[in-house]
Amino acid sequence: MSSPSAHTAQHAPHGFIRKYIFSLDHKVIGLQYYFLGLFSVFLGMSLSLLMRYHMVNPNVAVSWFGKLWPTAAAGGVMTPELYLSLMTMHGTIMVFFVLTTVPQSGFGNYFLPIQIGAEDMAFPVLNMMSFWTTFLALIVMVAAFFVQGGAPLSGWTAYPPLSGAGRITGPGEGMGQNLWLVSIAIFCGASLMGAINFIATTVDLRCQGMRLMRMPLTCWTWLVTAILGLLGFAVLLAAGVLLLLDRVAGTSFFLPAGLMINDQILVSHKGGSPLLWQHLFWFFGHPEVYIAILPGMGITSQLLATFSRKPIFGYKAMVYAILSIGFLGFLVWGHHMFMSGMNPYSAMAFSVLTMAIGVPSAIKTFNWIGTLWGGKIHFDTAMLFALGFVSLFVTGGVSGIFLGQPALDLYFHDTYFVVGHFHMIMGVAAIFGMFAATFYWFPKMFGRMMNETLGKIHFYLTFIGVYAIFTPMHYLGIAGNPRRYSAFTDVEYLGKLIPVHQFMSWAAYVTATAQIIFLVNLFWSMRKGKPAPINPWHATSLEWTVPSPPPHDNFAGVHPVVHHGPYEYSVPGAVADFIMQTDPASVRSEG
Amino acid sequence: MSSQVSTAAATSLWEGGRSPYATNSKKFGMWLFIISDSLTFSALLFAYTYSRVSNPNWPTPFHFSPSIIFSTVMTFCLLSSSLTMVMAVHSMNHGKRKAAGAWILATMGGGAAFVVLHLSEWLNLINNEHVTPFENPWGVPLFGGTFFALTGLHMTHVVIGLIYLAIVCQAVFRGKFKAEDVEVSGLYWHFVDLVWMFIFPLVYLMSARVH
Repeated sequence: MSSPSAHTAQHAPHGFIRKYIFSLDHKVIGLQYYFLGLFSVFLGMSLSLLMRYHMVNPNVAVSWFGKLWPTAAAGGVMTPELYLSLMTMHGTIMVFFVLTTVPQSGFGNYFLPIQIGAEDMAFPVLNMMSFWTTFLALIVMVAAFFVQGGAPLSGWTAYPPLSGAGRITGPGEGMGQNLWLVSIAIFCGASLMGAINFIATTVDLRCQGMRLMRMPLTCWTWLVTAILGLLGFAVLLAAGVLLLLDRVAGTSFFLPAGLMINDQILVSHKGGSPLLWQHLFWFFGHPEVYIAILPGMGITSQLLATFSRKPIFGYKAMVYAILSIGFLGFLVWGHHMFMSGMNPYSAMAFSVLTMAIGVPSAIKTFNWIGTLWGGKIHFDTAMLFALGFVSLFVTGGVSGIFLGQPALDLYFHDTYFVVGHFHMIMGVAAIFGMFAATFYWFPKMFGRMMNETLGKIHFYLTFIGVYAIFTPMHYLGIAGNPRRYSAFTDVEYLGKLIPVHQFMSWAAYVTATAQIIFLVNLFWSMRKGKPAPINPWHATSLEWTVPSPPPHDNFAGVHPVVHHGPYEYSVPGAVADFIMQTDPASVRSEG
Repeated sequence: MSSQVSTAAATSLWEGGRSPYATNSKKFGMWLFIISDSLTFSALLFAYTYSRVSNPNWPTPFHFSPSIIFSTVMTFCLLSSSLTMVMAVHSMNHGKRKAAGAWILATMGGGAAFVVLHLSEWLNLINNEHVTPFENPWGVPLFGGTFFALTGLHMTHVVIGLIYLAIVCQAVFRGKFKAEDVEVSGLYWHFVDLVWMFIFPLVYLMSARVH
C-alpha cells in the first residue's frame, strides 16, 4: 500500500489507464462508483417496471418478453418464476450496487478526503482494488441472468430452504443462486476494503484544526456507515459461505430434514435450521438499512444548513444521534423475524429496542425542522431533494413504528405494507439523498452547474411520482395484499385491488420516464452547463475552497488549517453570511 | 493537537492530520481488518453453537489418544510461532534485520507445521473415519459441516498468513520494509493464533470422548 504522500501534484498520472481506469485518485474512484451505481439503478428500475407490468397484466403476451426469455417467458407470458427472478435481482442490485455503493463509496470517496482536508484516502491502492472488486461483483451478479435457469428466485434476503436446496426448488436456483452468493461474497470483500479505508482516513488524515466535532455531518455519517459496513458485511460473508457450502458441498447448515419440495422429499440434507440464516442475515441486514440511509442523512443536514443560511440545529445532538442509530442498528435484527416463531419475550425486547431507534431518528428530524425554522431558504433543486428526503424519511419512518410492534407485524408481515415502508425509507429517501448530493456537488465534480429548470421539473415529477407509487402500498397491505406474488387476478379479494395496482403501475411508468430528464440534465450539464464558480452555494466546508474540479492532490500542496465548525452561517457581526472553515479565527471573536 | 506549518511546501511528507492513537494508518487498518474478520469467525462460531445446541445428540467422537494429543501438538506449533513472531518484531525494532528475518522464517516453519499436521488430520478423518462435510459415522451430519467450515476457514487464514509472512520475510532480508510493517504482519499472525484458541476448545476439546 502506498502512503498518501506518494501522490502529490507532481506525481499526477498522465496515461489514460492510470488516470481513469486503474486510478488511485479518490475523486476518479468516487466517480467510477457513481457511474457504476447509475448503471445499476437504471438496470434495477427497468426490472421493477417489468414487474409492475406483469402484476397488472399477468396473462398478456408481450412478444419481446418471449424473445428475451425463450423458456421463462415462452410465448411472451412471464412465468411466476421469472417474476421472482426479476424481484430478486431488482432488490439485490438496488440494495448492494446502488444504495450501498453510491452514497458511501461514490460521494464518500470523492468528498470525504476533501472535506477533512486530506490529499487522498489513507490507502489509495486498497481504494482502487475496492472499486474493481465491486465491479467484478456486479459482473458476476448480472451474469446470473445469462446462465441456465436464469437469475435466482429467493429475494435479496436469500432465505433458505428456497435458496439452499438447489435446482429442485426452481429454475433460477441452480447456477443462478450460486453466482448470486459468489457475487455477494466478493461484494463483502470490496465493502471491507472500503470500510477500512474510510475509517482510517477519517481518523488519521484530518488536517490541522479539523477536530472530530468540526467535521461536516456528511463525514460523520460516512464514518459511522463505514463502521457498520466493517462489522455487518463480515457476518454476511460468513453466512454466504455457509449457504454456498450447503449448495455445493452438501452441508446442511440451513436445511432441516424431510423437506417436501415440488413433490420431492429432500433426502440429501438434514439437521440444519433456516432460522440460523435469518439470524446471521439480519445481523447484517438491519445495519445495511442504515448503511443505505445514513449518508443521505448527512447530505441532507449539510444541505438544509447551507440553503437555509443557518447553522445546523443541534450539531452535537446530530452527531450523537448518528452514533446511537449506528449502535442500536446492531441490536434490532430480530424485528425482521417476529413471524419466525421466536419467543414472545425476545420479540418484545427487539420491539423495545426498535422503538428506541425512533428517538435518535426523531432528534434528527426535529433538528432538520429546527434548522429550517426562520431560515432564509433558497429553493434550489439540491435543496428541494433534501426537503424531499426529510418528507420521505418521516413517511417511511412512521410506518416503521407500526412494523416494529409484534402485534401489528403479525398482520402486516409479508404484505405490501412492508414493501411500501422500506421503499419509502430505504429506497426512495436514500435515492433522494443521492439526487440532492448530485445537484449539490455536481459543480465541484465537473466544474459546471446543472440546469435548474430541468432539475425542478425532475424533482416535482419524481416527488409526486414516488408518493403515488408507494403510498397505495400501505393501503394494499392493510387490505391484506401479500407481497412476492406474481399475479392477483385469480384471487377474489385481491382481484378487487387490481385498480390500485394499475394506478401504481402507471405512476411507476411515468416516474421512471421522468428519470430520463435527470440523465439528460446530468450529461448535458457535464458538457454544456454554465461554468461553476469555486463556491456556488456559499457553503463553508473545505471542498468549496478548491477549484472545480479539484486538482489531483485536492489542495495543490497547501495544507489547509481549519478554524471553524462546518455550519457557521449568518453569524452576527461577520462580513458575509457564511464563514469558511479555513477563514482566519479572527473573523469571529469567539474563535 | 500537533503544531504544523499551515502552508508547508509539497516537498515534505504529508504532515496534515493527527493520529489520536499515535499509530500509523497501516497498523490501524490491520486492526480494523482484525475487528471485521473476528466478526466473520464469530458468525461461524455462532452457527456452530446454534447447530450444536439444537441437535441434542451431538457426537463427541475425539478420543484423547490420538485425536486430542494430535491437535494439542498442532496447537503447540501454532502458539510457538506466535512467540517467534514476537521475537521477530522485537529484533526488527532493534534494527536487527537478519535476526528478524530468521525469526519470521521460524514463524513460517511453525505455521507450515500446523498446516501439514492439520491436513494430515483432515485426510485421516476423510479417508479412515469417513467424515465428510455432509455425513459422518457418528450421527448428526452437521458435525462434519461445522468442523470443516471452521477449521477450513482458519486454515485458509494460516495459509494466507504464510504467503504474507513470506513477502515480509524476503523484504526484510533485502532491507526493504520498516519495523512497523513487520509489526503489522505480526498483528495478523497473532490474530490467526487467537482464533485457534477459540476453535481448539470449542471444536476439539468439547468433542472429546470422556470415559
